[in-house]
Amino acid sequence: MAARIHPLLGAFAILVFLFLLAPLVIIVGASLSDTTYLTFPPQGLTLRWFTNIFEISAFRNTAITSFQVAILGTGLSLLIGIPAAYALNRYRVGLPKWLGTLFILPILVPEIVFGFSLLKSVTIGMGLPIYPSLIIGHALLVLPYSVRVVGASLASFDFSVEEAAISLGCPPWKTFLTVVLPNIRAGVIAAFILAFITSINDVSISVFLTGPGISTLPIQILAHMEQFFDPTIASVSVLLMLVTVGVMAIVEATLGLTFLTK
Amino acid sequence: MNKFAKWGLTLPATILVVALLVVPVLATIATTFGEPKGIFSTYTAFFNSGFRTGILYRTLRIALITTAISLVIGFLTAYVIAQMPGRLKSIAIIAAVFPLLTGVVVRSFAWLIILGKNGIVNSSLLSLGIISDPLSMLYTEGSVIVAMVYLFVPLMILTLTGVLEGIPRDVVEASASLGAKPIATFFQVILPLAVPGLIVGAVLVFTGSFTSYATPQLLGGEQMMMMGTLLYQRAMVTFDWVGASTIAAIMVVITIAVVSIMSRIARRLNPMAV
Repeated sequence: MAARIHPLLGAFAILVFLFLLAPLVIIVGASLSDTTYLTFPPQGLTLRWFTNIFEISAFRNTAITSFQVAILGTGLSLLIGIPAAYALNRYRVGLPKWLGTLFILPILVPEIVFGFSLLKSVTIGMGLPIYPSLIIGHALLVLPYSVRVVGASLASFDFSVEEAAISLGCPPWKTFLTVVLPNIRAGVIAAFILAFITSINDVSISVFLTGPGISTLPIQILAHMEQFFDPTIASVSVLLMLVTVGVMAIVEATLGLTFLTK
Repeated sequence: MNKFAKWGLTLPATILVVALLVVPVLATIATTFGEPKGIFSTYTAFFNSGFRTGILYRTLRIALITTAISLVIGFLTAYVIAQMPGRLKSIAIIAAVFPLLTGVVVRSFAWLIILGKNGIVNSSLLSLGIISDPLSMLYTEGSVIVAMVYLFVPLMILTLTGVLEGIPRDVVEASASLGAKPIATFFQVILPLAVPGLIVGAVLVFTGSFTSYATPQLLGGEQMMMMGTLLYQRAMVTFDWVGASTIAAIMVVITIAVVSIMSRIARRLNPMAV
């Protein structure tokens, strides 16, 4: 599609981008302010709010938990999601249609309802400790990415290559690892990144699954904000934005960012 | 072998989703029908409470307004992005992806700095002499809507950019070469072809804002509760689990109804489908 853009429309788009990016710039500014309250533009410049983060052990501990849960949850979702995506694409005939819908249920069910139900039935009902409950909750939350994004790259994979390997005597599991997996690498990386970022930013599930000594970083930020409204939160936010920058750099290097519009 | 592989490979994911998502959510819904006062007693209690129905209507209102504003902003911006030359386009997409990948807590928090008592809006209005006392903009429906629009516009832009890029170039060129003005081409060719994508984007934004928790928690507070914050408060502050389950059930029914009705409409309206 191609057409000329009216100058007014162009100006509108520029305003939209200002609207999207200005709040993030404001956070960066507020994180540098030498005041005990949040303000923008910053008054005086200091990095003490960044060092302050590391003095608050709750931030350190919850950041570690968030990172572990995101890695383990995403890993688990790929571990169960890749075989499912493989079967859905390889044996298109003979598998019921609802199976595909089942794996995207975590997007359809409101996250906050899922979090509450998980707490009620699994953490309390089955007595599963909070930490594994968190991992399972996050693994299911991001399962749709594993199944759909990996599934999209499997859809363009030519399965006759796999059959050739097997008919030449390569065992199926080895064929999968050495023939199929390298061909769907981009999909697996994309799924991992989307799942990781979703997990590390999650609030609605984690908010129900906190306990003595266990919480995730976003929940800790919410809790901190209820008591203190100082630039520490802004500096934590800046660090989280740096994580986003890192993730985007990985996406750009491996897949190109335009894959996100597909 | 094939039969085993076919089922065996989907089995772990199936078991986990069924046992840890489907069954728990159904159990949550089931508990709402087990009250001694009658099967539907928790629902009559919910709908007889002006406070709770007020929150339901507010949530629907905020979600609808957010969806409408995001649709307009997202569509116009995506339209501009789709016309951009390659390099500028990648920059625009990066600018939209960055907020999208930044967490909801961080993005909502930004609006606390902007709209707060010492916030940037108040301090600029004060220094310009337009107001003499800081305005209370936080904890209003307006502040929640602004933050939600901010949250969902990037998603809308990316969804619709993909849709607009999928519209074949020759269709647009044919319209122009047959003498249609750009405005006519926009409303009579591009917009109808984009309708299914607009519906997909609208459903994403509506369900996302209808079920949100962090944004109304931060920018709405106790005064402007939404269904998500009400559910949390009933479950974790007052420990009224049946009440919380009732809210959960209402949210599930509305979400699934909206998704299934709108995706059916989108399929019917798709002019590219034969």
